[in-house]
Amino acid sequence: MTACPMHAMAATRRWAVLAFLMTATVGAATWGATPEETIAGGARRVVKLYGAGGVRGLEAYQTGILVSPQGHIVTVLSTVLDSDGIDCVLDDGRRYPATLLGADPRRELAVLSIAGEELPFYELPPSDPPPAGEAGKPAAGVSVGTRVFALSNLFGVAVGDERVSAQHGVVAAIVPLEARRGAHEAPYRGDVYILDCTTSNPGSAGGALVDWRGRLVGMLGKELRATATGVWLNYALPIDEVARGYRNVLGAGSELSPPTPDPDGLPYDVALLGIVLVPDLLDKTPPFVESIRDGSSAARAGLRADDLLVAVNGRSVASRAAVQQALAGLADGDPVRVAVIRDGSIVECDLGPKPQAGRKP
Amino acid sequence: MTEIVRIAAWGVVWAITLLPTNDIPAAEIPPAVRAAEQARIEAIARGARAAVAIFAGEAGGGSGVLVSADGYALTNFHVVQPAGVAMKCGLSDGKLYDAVLVGLDPTGDVALVKLVGRDDFPFAELADSDLVEVGDFCFAAGNPFLLATDLRPSISAGIVSGTRRYQFPAGTILEYADCLQVDAAINPGNSGGGLFDAEGRVIGVNGRASFEKRGRVNVGVGYAISSNQLRQFLGCLKGGRLVDHATLGATVATADDGRVVVSDILESSDAYRRGLRYDDEVVALAGRPVRTVNALKNILGTLPAGWRVPLAYRRSGRRREVLVRLAGLHTSGELAKIVSGGAEAEGPEKPPGGPGDDGEGKRPGRPGDPAPHGGGKQPEVVLPPPLAGLYEPRNGFTNFHFNVVERDRVARSVAARHPFPAGDAPWVVSGRLEKGQPFRIELSDQRATIDLPTGTSSIDATGELDATPAPPGSGGLLAALVLWRRLLREGPGALGRTTYWGTVPHWDSDPHSGAPGGAGDVTAAPGTPGGARLVDVLDTAAASVEGRFLVADDGFVLGIDLWPTPDADPCEVRFSPGEGLPTAMEVRHGDEVFGRFRIERIDVEPPAASGTDPDADTPADGGTT
Repeated sequence: MTACPMHAMAATRRWAVLAFLMTATVGAATWGATPEETIAGGARRVVKLYGAGGVRGLEAYQTGILVSPQGHIVTVLSTVLDSDGIDCVLDDGRRYPATLLGADPRRELAVLSIAGEELPFYELPPSDPPPAGEAGKPAAGVSVGTRVFALSNLFGVAVGDERVSAQHGVVAAIVPLEARRGAHEAPYRGDVYILDCTTSNPGSAGGALVDWRGRLVGMLGKELRATATGVWLNYALPIDEVARGYRNVLGAGSELSPPTPDPDGLPYDVALLGIVLVPDLLDKTPPFVESIRDGSSAARAGLRADDLLVAVNGRSVASRAAVQQALAGLADGDPVRVAVIRDGSIVECDLGPKPQAGRKP
Repeated sequence: MTEIVRIAAWGVVWAITLLPTNDIPAAEIPPAVRAAEQARIEAIARGARAAVAIFAGEAGGGSGVLVSADGYALTNFHVVQPAGVAMKCGLSDGKLYDAVLVGLDPTGDVALVKLVGRDDFPFAELADSDLVEVGDFCFAAGNPFLLATDLRPSISAGIVSGTRRYQFPAGTILEYADCLQVDAAINPGNSGGGLFDAEGRVIGVNGRASFEKRGRVNVGVGYAISSNQLRQFLGCLKGGRLVDHATLGATVATADDGRVVVSDILESSDAYRRGLRYDDEVVALAGRPVRTVNALKNILGTLPAGWRVPLAYRRSGRRREVLVRLAGLHTSGELAKIVSGGAEAEGPEKPPGGPGDDGEGKRPGRPGDPAPHGGGKQPEVVLPPPLAGLYEPRNGFTNFHFNVVERDRVARSVAARHPFPAGDAPWVVSGRLEKGQPFRIELSDQRATIDLPTGTSSIDATGELDATPAPPGSGGLLAALVLWRRLLREGPGALGRTTYWGTVPHWDSDPHSGAPGGAGDVTAAPGTPGGARLVDVLDTAAASVEGRFLVADDGFVLGIDLWPTPDADPCEVRFSPGEGLPTAMEVRHGDEVFGRFRIERIDVEPPAASGTDPDADTPADGGTT
């Protein structure tokens, strides 16, 4: 950014062309011709969510996106949703209790439902099963340089009928997510949109990323640091992935009961495989197997009570939480191999493909 | 050229990812795009010229924005607080100017300073922030991280992220109500600087940002005090006052059905006297709808203490509209303590409430008053030579010098507008009431008398005014007219302790009766409540009687509010302007209209007898002019 006149002139020209492009893009907007109208239209479909938290730096609020006329909301799976009473406040101030329909742990996406009427919503793109190797590809029309608005309940600034906050930016990169929060790696490994505006703020997670034509192109991710550099990432999950996650949860929910945790509080993925681990009593409870469900893939693979899990797909797991993390990082259908210590020696077991979330083993 | 470079700098940030090449020939750019680009360059240049870099020595510094050619600049209270009375200010011309503190609004985190040395300072116009929409382009011009060592401001651009935001105060001060939220980078040092729209007009003053774990640097969430709030306080600030924010005297809560209802109310509040009661639903305040508790806080937080604004409320399905006077959030002692850093122990303070107290700091110190809070112990202020004579400490004021300046300005315009001889001859005002009955009012230096169909009343006009309201039911019409005559004849020096109060909203048509005031529709000031315009107010005190004159831009005295005793409803007199003299007068007290007077003539008669002037009009105290 040296202020050299030569650069300045070139840049000025670029700026001018940019302005022209902006005008051209906005001309085709869905709701209107101005950014103001685009934002207003988008914000109507974005909700403020309130749940658990408020202690130890964990915020009790985040953002969600209305995606069906029946009141389905997609948002980020987080501790905010660990509450019996999730409150959802619409752009017009209407307030509803929200029910957790289910979650896609790999995409860290949750689906909520409210009993509202005449709800504005974004239609998600059809999500045919993605061809092999195509998972995580960006939605049509989004590329590096696409101008976007991020609409979110950042810092919980907006309350009641106040509109969520709007930030402007561009999609700066489309790259696979390699990020962590504290010691936990993010399970999602597919492509995300890296943004040049600060969206890694409290409450932003679950917000809408819309382009200048007012189309929903992604969902803002949670506060994560890049694994390699430790910088806070401003990123969004592409809309196609959002749609897949949504239908994952819904598809499962429509065939079976919603995937609720087991009574002893076991995480979804572990339970899906038919493994019951010892109760989680310590910060790093060793992942001893308490019991194995009959007929489950774990039973078929020969896992037994009192086995100690030490690795999942080659990744060492020192605690119950690590087991869950490792399993959550796998896509539905990915092969699952575990190593256990049994009677002093290491035994490997092949559990077959990871079952789809929501299906009981 | 420097501005172009600066624009280019952030143009690159936005544009570089979009375009694969630098090599777009200039000829390919459509003229409309060039014109739009040029307009933006000029807007940013205008904003940059109005930007002020404020240096408070070792205490740090910040930013400001010039809003008049004679050097008035707005900034944050928290920027000037460590600087004290005098500071150095840099402009984009690379020059350093001396500036003096003029007025403070600690609750709203606003300060007004005046730069000296020129009468042609570049400045930016205050826009109507109610018209700002989420998504609008905006930019900040300021001094982030005190980078402006060459005094040229840094520009950061973005969009308006939210409007009408509410940011909780720290204690009772630094409350950001109805503020603008932006994603333009607002960093430490941007405080006090202007937030500009696409035309380079001021839509706000940046002052706060949400910071989180990443430390005190921008995360795309800054807040600016709206230009409409600034406009509402500007008059009070120009008067050198220590200005307070308003309270309704009632608290509200959200009912189960979502209505905003009164949950508690002070019986001493004007809202109570106007009929507001527990459980009433508040529907609108100052011309804006109230649908949430936050909305009410947003509206109240932008209003100066002492303003009178329309309030709409609903009870049993019936909507009522009244005008309410708003009391102050603080006592003048509390405000003084905040400004002096809150270090001193205070004696007992009278709680705020009632009209006698609602405009904190509006009265100059009285001989019997205790020493100024903090003022008595402050070190002697040494001003640099260019600021000599521009600072006068006074209890309840930030800088009394500027109060004298404003008071004299208004006094001159009043004298020029009202062609009354200065002699001591009595005035006889005569005409007819609404139903045609005649009235006659005689005002002399000794007595004031009114003849009405219902009888005759009279008061002693010498010395301090009688606190007994006369005629009965008027709330003190005769005392008000005595003060009116003194003001028109001899100026504010004849009134006793007279100060400039600031500006208040005035409706040319009475908003609660619809009765025409006679002046016709005047263009309302942007953002003022309910289509009112802002008019100057002179505040005067004589014994227990307190009066406020409303003065139009052209010097016409639009009205008088007179309190014979504090904590009671005043007598309200409103004049309809004519050629030189008022043509009509409406008198109200409380919720009642006392009378509407059609003025047919005002005769100035020679003295009846060899009356010796009892020298009654000598100011009791410090009526310097």
